[in-house]
Amino acid sequence: MVENIKSETNNVVTLKNLFLKYVGEKRDVDALQNVNLNIKEGEFICILGPSGCGKSTLLNILAGFIKPSSGEAIMDDESITGPDYHKGVVFQNPVLYPWLNVEDNVSFGLKMRKFPKNEITELTKTYLELVGLSGFEKNRPYELSGGMKQRVSLAKTLVNKPRLILMDEPFGALDALTRHNMQKLIREIWNKTTNTVLLITHDVDEALELATRVLVMSCRPGTIIKEFNTDFTFDILKNNNNSRCTKEYIDIREEILKIINNQCNELL
Amino acid sequence: MNKKTATEKIISMGTLVSILFIWIIVSALGLVDQNLVPNPKSVFVAFVDIMENGYKNFTLLEHLAESMKRLIIAFFFAAITAIPLGLASGYNSKIRAVFDPLIEFYRPLPPLAYYTLLVLWMGIENESKISLLFLACFAPAYISCVSAVIKIKEDYINSAYTVGANKLQIIRYVIFPACLPDIFTGLRTSLGVAYTTLVSAEMVAANSGIGWMVLDASRYLRSDIIFLGIIIMGITGILLDKGIQLIEHRFVPWKGKE
Repeated sequence: MVENIKSETNNVVTLKNLFLKYVGEKRDVDALQNVNLNIKEGEFICILGPSGCGKSTLLNILAGFIKPSSGEAIMDDESITGPDYHKGVVFQNPVLYPWLNVEDNVSFGLKMRKFPKNEITELTKTYLELVGLSGFEKNRPYELSGGMKQRVSLAKTLVNKPRLILMDEPFGALDALTRHNMQKLIREIWNKTTNTVLLITHDVDEALELATRVLVMSCRPGTIIKEFNTDFTFDILKNNNNSRCTKEYIDIREEILKIINNQCNELL
Repeated sequence: MNKKTATEKIISMGTLVSILFIWIIVSALGLVDQNLVPNPKSVFVAFVDIMENGYKNFTLLEHLAESMKRLIIAFFFAAITAIPLGLASGYNSKIRAVFDPLIEFYRPLPPLAYYTLLVLWMGIENESKISLLFLACFAPAYISCVSAVIKIKEDYINSAYTVGANKLQIIRYVIFPACLPDIFTGLRTSLGVAYTTLVSAEMVAANSGIGWMVLDASRYLRSDIIFLGIIIMGITGILLDKGIQLIEHRFVPWKGKE
């Protein structure tokens, strides 16, 4: 019993028997079915799954954008009722306001939360440095490349020091090289700040190289069918090596791909 | 769409010069009746004359100023009512439900049809004219504000919530600036529609204004004044539009770059 309580308090997020049904005009669509999940502080969770499996729906529930049809989504012992700055979201397409420059985009949240001016300046500077964008403060978002935009959007989220960082295929629209650099950046930031991160992806390698826990979802209606504890991200941090070549990595990768493919054969 | 390059500008100038040239030749050769197509010189003489001596009690600038006064007052009031109302209607479907039937009904009506009513109610002075222009300005500005809010990216709003903004802050700092490009497009359309309506308004009941001047001149077959009036109305129209564009560039430098 004591064990139980302790593990409860360590959880940043608890999902219990989560169901989500989209009510449509012609027919209803079950997007999520009986999702159960605990996320502990400092974890880096990657959710993998075929497209249309409800990954984004799950993230939207965690962010507070939509409410589950039944079941519970709890963060720090409170039910998630709406979006706020404790749950930072990095969107697939970077959301930057074209009427603000880079600096003002990053500090937007702090301004809305009425932080003192000098603190805003300092935090903005720190986080722009963290994502490697010092010197671009006065640029407008449309003057930046795709990768740089996503860096700004990362800083914009991180500067609020959210309890939970949600990322919805944040590198899906980037080229391979930029994506690799961004993954490195995220890994290092996560390591430095020990944030709790949940990242959605359909890229098995991305998941394995970043996560401390990989969750594989089934086809619609989505549910978590398998989870893997992984530590490749630590290897990469420590040795800066390419874990992709180890036997362990290749085995897990094969297994995950097999699960996903088996899931979707019926549909294809 | 790229802006006009130097080449296109020269071509456009060429069009204007050729028309002027044809006009000069045609009138110099006497191919058309002077009463129908005045020669350029007589238009210029008329210009100097009514600049100095005026046309029917008012100088050219006074006629123009009178028209502009009506236009600007109507435009101003339309802008300060249509923009907030349009944004509110875009934001809240219930507010939209209140105003939509009114706007949808009167918008396609020919302005002169309800102008007769306005004249009956308000007389032939400026009140009826300004009201007419107000109505002409209102609909395009309102409609573009509504659609601006409706088509706003959901991520813009969601993202603001996730960095700590509240509803009011989102309206002020996200929705309003996001709509600015479309607001300006709406205002440009408004001014254009109102300007064409202005001339009609002055043609029904007036004793001053650039539109009235042209109509009055036609009664006396003063084609030089008619030509002059049309040229001035054309140039003024272009200048008004350029003016708004200039303000737009100043306030919405990101337009078309998202």
